[in-house]
Amino acid sequence: MAKRIKVLVGKPGLDGHDRGARVVARALRDAGMEVIYTGIRQTPEQIVATAIQEDVDAVGLSCLSGAHNNLFPKVVNLLREKGAEDILVFGGGIIPDGDIAGLKEAGIKEIFRPGSSTDETIKFITDQVNQ
Amino acid sequence: MTCSERKQAFQQRQQQWQELVDKACARFPERRENFATTSGIEMKRLFTPEDVEQVDYTEDIGFPGIYPFTRGVQPTMYRARFWTMRQYAGFGSAEETNKRYKYLLENGQTGLSVAFDLPTQIGYDSDFELSEGEVGKVGVAIDTLADMEMLFDGISLDKVSTSMTINSPAAVLLAMYVAVAEKQGVAPAQLRGTIQNDVLKEYFARGTYIFPPSPSMKIITDIFAFCKDTLPNWNTISISGYHIREAGSTAVQEVAFTLADGLAYVDAAIKTGLDVDVFAKRLSFFFNVHNPFLEEVAKFRAARRLWARLMKERFGAKKPASMMMRFHTQTAGCSLTAQQPDNNVIRVTIQALAAVLGGTNSLHTNSRDEALCLPTEDSVRIALRTQQVIAHESGVADSVDPLAGSYLIESLTSKIEAQALAYIKKIDDLGGVVKAIEVGYIQNEIGDSAYAYQKAVEAKEQIIVGVNKFTIEEAPPENLLTVKAEMEQKQRQKLAQVKESRDNEAVNKALQQLKVVAEDGGNLMIPILAAVKLYASLGEVCGVLRQVFGEYQEQ
Repeated sequence: MAKRIKVLVGKPGLDGHDRGARVVARALRDAGMEVIYTGIRQTPEQIVATAIQEDVDAVGLSCLSGAHNNLFPKVVNLLREKGAEDILVFGGGIIPDGDIAGLKEAGIKEIFRPGSSTDETIKFITDQVNQ
Repeated sequence: MTCSERKQAFQQRQQQWQELVDKACARFPERRENFATTSGIEMKRLFTPEDVEQVDYTEDIGFPGIYPFTRGVQPTMYRARFWTMRQYAGFGSAEETNKRYKYLLENGQTGLSVAFDLPTQIGYDSDFELSEGEVGKVGVAIDTLADMEMLFDGISLDKVSTSMTINSPAAVLLAMYVAVAEKQGVAPAQLRGTIQNDVLKEYFARGTYIFPPSPSMKIITDIFAFCKDTLPNWNTISISGYHIREAGSTAVQEVAFTLADGLAYVDAAIKTGLDVDVFAKRLSFFFNVHNPFLEEVAKFRAARRLWARLMKERFGAKKPASMMMRFHTQTAGCSLTAQQPDNNVIRVTIQALAAVLGGTNSLHTNSRDEALCLPTEDSVRIALRTQQVIAHESGVADSVDPLAGSYLIESLTSKIEAQALAYIKKIDDLGGVVKAIEVGYIQNEIGDSAYAYQKAVEAKEQIIVGVNKFTIEEAPPENLLTVKAEMEQKQRQKLAQVKESRDNEAVNKALQQLKVVAEDGGNLMIPILAAVKLYASLGEVCGVLRQVFGEYQEQ
């Protein structure tokens, strides 16, 4: 039996809007993944430490406060620093189209904008992790 | 016809209709098996007098301005004055936001509403480590009184009412507002406005908490006591359901959890020795208005009636003003789509109309671009015009509570009231709101509703135009508002300058005094006011309180 995909869903920064993060976490669980949700107000350092400690396959970041350009790349860079660059990083929240290219360049594999379905996210993670 | 002849005629006609329905359904099945509101209340094919048999006009529907205020809290409502048109606004620096306030006032808004950035809302200065990347993004950055002075530059505080969406550090921002007014020569007693100051919902729906519940409640009741004598025209709290609904709750849950929070605040205030008939008239509320038009209209009426009854029955309130639910409404942010954003103007129009037909006292309409960013001038002007068109052109404001008596509306109003009350009783059984939050009851209820909604959208049981139906290929939108990155650096420099030019010895003494009062349990407004006048920063003041009260940890 294949090992269950393990995902960390995290909210970096000061943003407290966690509806999306919680819905995604629950949908991933329903799809058979093992999910850890960090709660709000996490620093990139805290998220990375938990991700490594829990040996996750992927980290999903949620930010609705406009601080994503600062916070998301920080998570990617810290993971790389700690030799965990194989952990897939994706994100969602209120992220203008204009910022997506920059985030992808910084190593965030995909951004799920408002209106995305959880099915898309599940498929994405499954495809990426099983590669 | 006699009564029983009338009844017979009705039933015969109803039976006739049912036969037509059966034939019609055989040819054209209805779009769904079951039609229900967000709260799961049956949306019947047809509502008739049978649905309101238990409703007594005089006691349940009544007259506006008279208990239980179902039809409104004022006797003439919008015939005298329209609801306050109060657009929530703020971004970047105090200068930029001041400019936006003047733009909105010039365009006919009738009240100010301040949006603060996250560091400010969480009691951090712009130069704090965790503020990086967040300064000025979701609202204006306020570090010291100097920023607050700039925010209201050229705006006389005796001529406007101002609502400030600030919770955990509400005492500090209120103190700054009072200090700015004083510099303008305006006495505190002349000030009109609101602070949100509703910490309970922060723990389960919004997230800008600082301290644990108990000291937070103390700060809130300190504010009630301070305002009672010093700011008699100030709304000391805006007990909020908006965020609860945004977090994914149903309409019934929005009413239930908001009013449960309200009961907790009233209870806490009474326990400090305040008289309900003295402070309750200065409580206010804040609701969401979402797409399902009919349920939303009924929701507001149910909330007003339920609150009035609870204040009378639970707390023995005697004065009508103590039982009146005055509220602000905001159209639902979570209903806005990033896809085909112009459609949002239509959504907001329908939502705003529901709020007006529900008798809101104040209204914010969202802008079309807000699924993507903060509003541009053009977008916010359209949002304001939406309210003005409703007010001046639709005619709905010319008669009070025009939908009263509708079989559907009165039936839904009664059902929402009953179901919300059932939730409140459940929370009573758990030991009150704080306990309910501790055991995760409220969070789970909201989370379940949010998940069910998402599933319904993905199964296309709930259509969102432009998102899961009627989609198009779209180019990314242009001309969105952005907060420039340099703003953060400039703000930090400004703060450094203020710290340099103030009397630092006096500031330190004031912060020390604040610590003493916090430890002794005295009213915090006094030492906070003294500190902010000396240009102590928000972060410094909250830092002292963090030391004394500790920080809340999410479970």
